[in-house]
Amino acid sequence: MGKRVVITGLGLVSPVGCEVETAWKRLVEGQSGVTTLTDPERSVFRSKIAGLSREFSPSGIIEPKDVKKIDLFAQFALVAGVQAVKDSGVDFGRENPFRVASIIGCGVGGLGEIERQSDKLLLRGPKHISPFTIPKIMPNAGASHLAIYFGIHGPSYSVSTACASANNAMIDAYKMIRDGEIDVALTGGTEAAVSRLGLVGFGAMHALSERNDEPEKASRPFDADRDGFVIGEGSGVLVFEELEHALKRNAHIWGEFTGYGVTTDASHITQPDSEGVYAGAAMEASLRSAKLNPEQIDYVNAHGTATPLGDVAEANAIKRAFGDFAKSVSISSTKSATGHLLGGSGGIELIFSLLAMRDGVIPPTLNLENPDPQCDLDFTPLVAREKKIDTILSSSFGFGGHNACVVASRFVN
Amino acid sequence: MALSKAEISEKVVSIISDQLGRESGTITPQSDIANDLGADSLDLAELMIAFEEEFEIDIDEENVGNITTVGDVINQIEKQLNSAE
Repeated sequence: MGKRVVITGLGLVSPVGCEVETAWKRLVEGQSGVTTLTDPERSVFRSKIAGLSREFSPSGIIEPKDVKKIDLFAQFALVAGVQAVKDSGVDFGRENPFRVASIIGCGVGGLGEIERQSDKLLLRGPKHISPFTIPKIMPNAGASHLAIYFGIHGPSYSVSTACASANNAMIDAYKMIRDGEIDVALTGGTEAAVSRLGLVGFGAMHALSERNDEPEKASRPFDADRDGFVIGEGSGVLVFEELEHALKRNAHIWGEFTGYGVTTDASHITQPDSEGVYAGAAMEASLRSAKLNPEQIDYVNAHGTATPLGDVAEANAIKRAFGDFAKSVSISSTKSATGHLLGGSGGIELIFSLLAMRDGVIPPTLNLENPDPQCDLDFTPLVAREKKIDTILSSSFGFGGHNACVVASRFVN
Repeated sequence: MALSKAEISEKVVSIISDQLGRESGTITPQSDIANDLGADSLDLAELMIAFEEEFEIDIDEENVGNITTVGDVINQIEKQLNSAE
């Protein structure tokens, strides 16, 4: 029997707010964090909208001289992590430094910095390239800066499975605590890819919404009129802790991490399996691992990015995993409000799911005005709904065919 | 028009102050950039790029190796600006 793993701290940087309770309040109220990109540098191609973490500030956590040496994605992780640790009450100065970890998902790393330095290389030559280029762009920088900040000498690394990165990272953290290797982990995901290359690269695939005249209406998961995802930025970091360790210090427990399932489509580098066979298998595996039946899941935080193919595949996956109960389970996509944080998405989405459990409220799927007939499930359209929630399932599926689902339950000793 | 030594010094101190997060009043020509002002090897490399861009000069690797103090930087830049004229 492995150790039990509980979640004792939450922190985030997101397009709907850079503080947990503010972001949650806005999400429940149905506010959108999607906005028009006003700078000429980024509004150059098909999609000119994004979920920007406009309230973000590193001040008080990152010294001004260090701000320019740390890319935005790693700054997000550091600030979210500091919030989470404060919320948890963990004092890293009193922990065995080898039994704490920092495992942070990141899909692409410092894309904006890659562009800035590539521009310099082309326009001015190699002598002008900053020596901070590599330490800024490497996707493990978020995990590393958290380790430096808190003196974490146990495992620290990044996980990169595109949009499933955060869930895969949290699953790794869970397993290390379950197996008795560590007591505490900072885990989740981060991303800051709202850069020219991000917008143009995803734009070239026609993966992004081009509803530029109505930014708040652009992210429309499961709606018949959806036309792609809205790129977002931010980070969600959680404190995972071994149960006895948390009880000993009388910590507030947000919930228990009770299961996970991981599979791979192994069919196409970007297109999801349209039948949702393998995504569904990941959901089933997560239920088995949590020893729960589909009827016991009270809320599913969907991947729900609003791509034409992805949403249908996910609806099919839910039908496969939940069987007769699929039509009854409450589902929503919070990406309708935040946009898609890529490697950061799973972190904020588990946080939102735990808050849904605390408050007994399912956050809405915004802009779901005209449901796609192929997505005929209960996606909690437009407005939040009250419901007692004891168990949640949060899904993330990444380019590359990576499917990662996590299950959390109300903590009962 | 050539820059005076005082003008060079002012710009150098401002760049170092910005890069290393030090009050400009605490930076003197005698300050050792690594030991007194806390620059690591990456900071030093970044500072050289900043000086080169600000003064539109090329500081040779060989000369970078001889720079220890803020005064060394100012002298090196002054020397290169004068020889360019």
